[in-house]
Amino acid sequence: MIAESGHYALVLALGLALIQSVVPLIGARLRDVALMNVARSTALAQLLFVGASFIALVMLHVNSDFSVANVYENSHSMKPLLYKITGVWGNHEGSMLLWVSILALFGGLVAAFGNNLPLSLRAHVLAVQAWVASAFYLFILVTSNPFLRIASPPIEGRDLNPVLQDIGLAVHPPMLYLGYVGFSISFSFAIAALMEGRIDAAWARWVRPWTLVAWIFLTLGIAMGSYWAYYELGWGGWWFWDPVENASLMPWLSGTALLHSALVMEKRNALKVWTILLSILTFSLSLLGTFLVRSGVITSVHAFATDPTRGVFILLILCLFIGGSLSLFAGRATSLKQGGLFAPISREGALVLNNLLLTVACAVVLFGTLYPLAMEMLADFKMSVGAPFYNLTFAPLFTLLLLAVPFGPMLAWKRGDLLGVTQRLLAAGVAGLVAVAIAWGWATGGSTLAPLAIGLGVFVIAGAVTDIVERTGLVRLPFATVLHRARGLPRSSWGTAFAHAGLGVALIGIVCETTWNSEYIATMKQNDVAHISGFDVKLDGVLQRQGPNYREMIAEFNVSRDGAPLSVMTPSKRSFTTRGSSTTEAALLTRGASQLYISLGDANAEGAIAVRIYYKPMVLLIWWGPVLMAFGGVLSLSDRRLRVGAPKPARAKQRLQPAE
Amino acid sequence: MGAVRALPEACQMTLWFVFALMTVAAIFAVLWPLGRKERAQDQGSEVAVYKDQLAEIERDLAAGMIPAPDAEAARVEISRRLLAAAASEPATAPTSNVTWRRVAAVLALAGLPLVSLGVYMPLGSPKLQDFPLAQRERVPGKAQSLENLVAQVQQHLEKNPTDGRGWNVLAPVLQRLGRFDDAVRAYRNSLTYNGESSERRADLGEALSAAAGGVVTAEAKTEFERAHALDADDPKANYFLGLAAEQDGRKDDAATIWRALLAKAPADAPWRVLVQTSLARVGGGGTMPALSDEAIAASKDMAEGDRNAMVRGMVERLATRLKQNGDDVESWLRLVRAYLVMGERDKAMGASADARQAVGSDGERLRQLNEGLRTLGLGG
Repeated sequence: MIAESGHYALVLALGLALIQSVVPLIGARLRDVALMNVARSTALAQLLFVGASFIALVMLHVNSDFSVANVYENSHSMKPLLYKITGVWGNHEGSMLLWVSILALFGGLVAAFGNNLPLSLRAHVLAVQAWVASAFYLFILVTSNPFLRIASPPIEGRDLNPVLQDIGLAVHPPMLYLGYVGFSISFSFAIAALMEGRIDAAWARWVRPWTLVAWIFLTLGIAMGSYWAYYELGWGGWWFWDPVENASLMPWLSGTALLHSALVMEKRNALKVWTILLSILTFSLSLLGTFLVRSGVITSVHAFATDPTRGVFILLILCLFIGGSLSLFAGRATSLKQGGLFAPISREGALVLNNLLLTVACAVVLFGTLYPLAMEMLADFKMSVGAPFYNLTFAPLFTLLLLAVPFGPMLAWKRGDLLGVTQRLLAAGVAGLVAVAIAWGWATGGSTLAPLAIGLGVFVIAGAVTDIVERTGLVRLPFATVLHRARGLPRSSWGTAFAHAGLGVALIGIVCETTWNSEYIATMKQNDVAHISGFDVKLDGVLQRQGPNYREMIAEFNVSRDGAPLSVMTPSKRSFTTRGSSTTEAALLTRGASQLYISLGDANAEGAIAVRIYYKPMVLLIWWGPVLMAFGGVLSLSDRRLRVGAPKPARAKQRLQPAE
Repeated sequence: MGAVRALPEACQMTLWFVFALMTVAAIFAVLWPLGRKERAQDQGSEVAVYKDQLAEIERDLAAGMIPAPDAEAARVEISRRLLAAAASEPATAPTSNVTWRRVAAVLALAGLPLVSLGVYMPLGSPKLQDFPLAQRERVPGKAQSLENLVAQVQQHLEKNPTDGRGWNVLAPVLQRLGRFDDAVRAYRNSLTYNGESSERRADLGEALSAAAGGVVTAEAKTEFERAHALDADDPKANYFLGLAAEQDGRKDDAATIWRALLAKAPADAPWRVLVQTSLARVGGGGTMPALSDEAIAASKDMAEGDRNAMVRGMVERLATRLKQNGDDVESWLRLVRAYLVMGERDKAMGASADARQAVGSDGERLRQLNEGLRTLGLGG
């Protein structure tokens, strides 16, 4: 009953989405309020039904109902509860259901909290949202139905891919999907604007919170995925330029560009056409990502779905939406009114530079992802584009971008004073140079570029601090005034500073990890001691343990430094009988931002065991950076300007009084 | 397990009742706004945004964030936008169009149920009941506890790998649970620590062929030959050597081996029936795929019709499984072979085409598949 009700709820959601994609548009043409409001109630009802469907699938997994093929194939009755739940989206069908659930969630949010939007814009946005939803409901029902049944259910399931049996699966995919799918809202806004033929500064303000939400989740999702790969795959890598990772990086790059160009549009009514195009491209890249991951055109750890019919179906959706939206754009873009003018040296100019660098970087990643696929398809020639390619292309672009980052927020709108800004950034520049000198003196070995890159990171952080110092007048004004100004500073300014500083933090982490990472790989017997970066790591022994659905070989290491014992580390190797595969569980010892990392290989007949030990200086900064960026995003999101509805300005005036 | 569990009548009714309620709720979601009074003021406008932007400039100016001339310029620019927005604000009052509202209502009342049922009926299985773990454990708890026992024994053997008696006990249980690869390993260990015997060799061979989906592979055959060398009368070894001959297409050899086996067999041997059926098969042309000993033993008491149904059921399950996950070459070969034995050559051809498509992306597997198909006489 749960299975069939969930299935039927999904079908009803499709029916509602079909109505939602047509009726509101007719309403908007006729200016009929009731017809336009159908969008709202159907979007909410759709959320209700997809939500019910998703909950039904979760319950089936929790109950280990193997009469449902999806549960049988991806679950096991002995699996811990958490993995029974996360296993719902640890497979193709379930993850697509999560995808549409989040799509419906965003649609529902626009319906519920979109009171500040003009009625016809909201109707258009929700209708476009429903087109996307209908396509994906059909895709799920026809090619990837999670509710198909088995008439004579097996006693035991086939278990979830062991690599996915980790807390990371609980966080990474939902975050990533909230990001991917969140960009569907800015896409719908763009299409709605094109259909209405009206676009102006207000549009940018309406889209901004949605773009920001998507961007925050995508940032966290990518960072989380990278950290997961780092500790789960067992050899300490955190970014592989894997096509699936690129698929999430591309929407992030263009989404970041979109956030910045929407700013220009909101403040200066300029870059309108470009912003619309970016909205379309960002969601198109999200769809492309979905296609790459879900169709199985690329074989990697992520491609646990391989089925040609699915691939063709998603390709069709992809062509329909990208092709359709771009043609609409081509047809309508010329008729859009152009907006304000600005000098090249100005805040707008800096943001254009930002957009230029980000989109070129995005194009580079797109090329690096698709070129090997095209070569394989056309020339039957397998190749891989990896770190060397991106070091030569992506790295210089980002270096330029980071050099420019501190300047952007300090330039004035319309006409900026580059010389003045440079003078004010002098302190930050000096901080960067000092950092270079220190890194140079302290470093032993490694690339000569590394100290320079660290200097750049410090410059970016110091630049963000300078911006806040300037705005609050920290050095030149009395402290009470500073405090008052700091409180009066829009939260988005704080957000900018945090997000930009996050970039610098991440850069420092990346450089330290890749340059001064040391490793020790050997076969160790009991009581053997490994020496690495000043740590003494002694293998105390190996023991076996039975987990809920796996058997585990645990090695105990005693870590000490200069004779003083620090900690006991217990990496393990788990073997899962049902799937006949095994995973490594690395042990991590965190010291400040640095980590000691131990993972196990195979044990040989004499009881010796292959061990990989890494010392990764400052590695955690790689993820603290994105967390800082996301925090900046949240601050910016909480800015009162974004929450404005019609009655708010009155309150703003009241708050103004004490200042006068 | 195995039987199709149709829902009792009452449950069926409940399910359809739930469906009906859900449909009504969905229809209501469409009808509700159509029936409500206009509330056009419930919306935002560009004017509000620009007014807010103006207020923000005042605030920034008051806080000393921007100099006065800049604020003035921005104020002028925003005011211009504000005027433009106010001018373009829809002058016409919202209309209400009764015809189109009726169309929307009909769309919801008739279209929604039609689309839902039209999509659901071919995809859903409204007759199947849920089958959660809790319910399953109430029925036959054996499978679960057996798994636990096996895990305990395995743990014990992990610590004392030379305990030959333990391996001896564990191996047949694993074989019965269908964990053939584990069973092969256990039998090998049993041979190592308990020494040679014709039974153990034959059991190992049986596990090997079960792991290969009922095909007596070259490896399995070697084991049976060794068992035969140790004890020429070992019934299991003889039976499987006959089966190997049959699978190689040497039906007469198979018949000879089995006839000799029957001649020496005690009258009350439980495997007599099995050998007789096999003999009849090579004599009169087969209707059944070769199954593992257990399956046949289980089907021994069944009537002919039931047995065929059971075999067909197993083949169908295999086919469904492969449709969902087709990267196991061995299973594909097993399916094709089963179809061939059942005399359904068309289905066999179809399955081998599906198999090629399913493993097509992997060169190594494709080669394996083609080789296998060739030995089945479907190569090319």
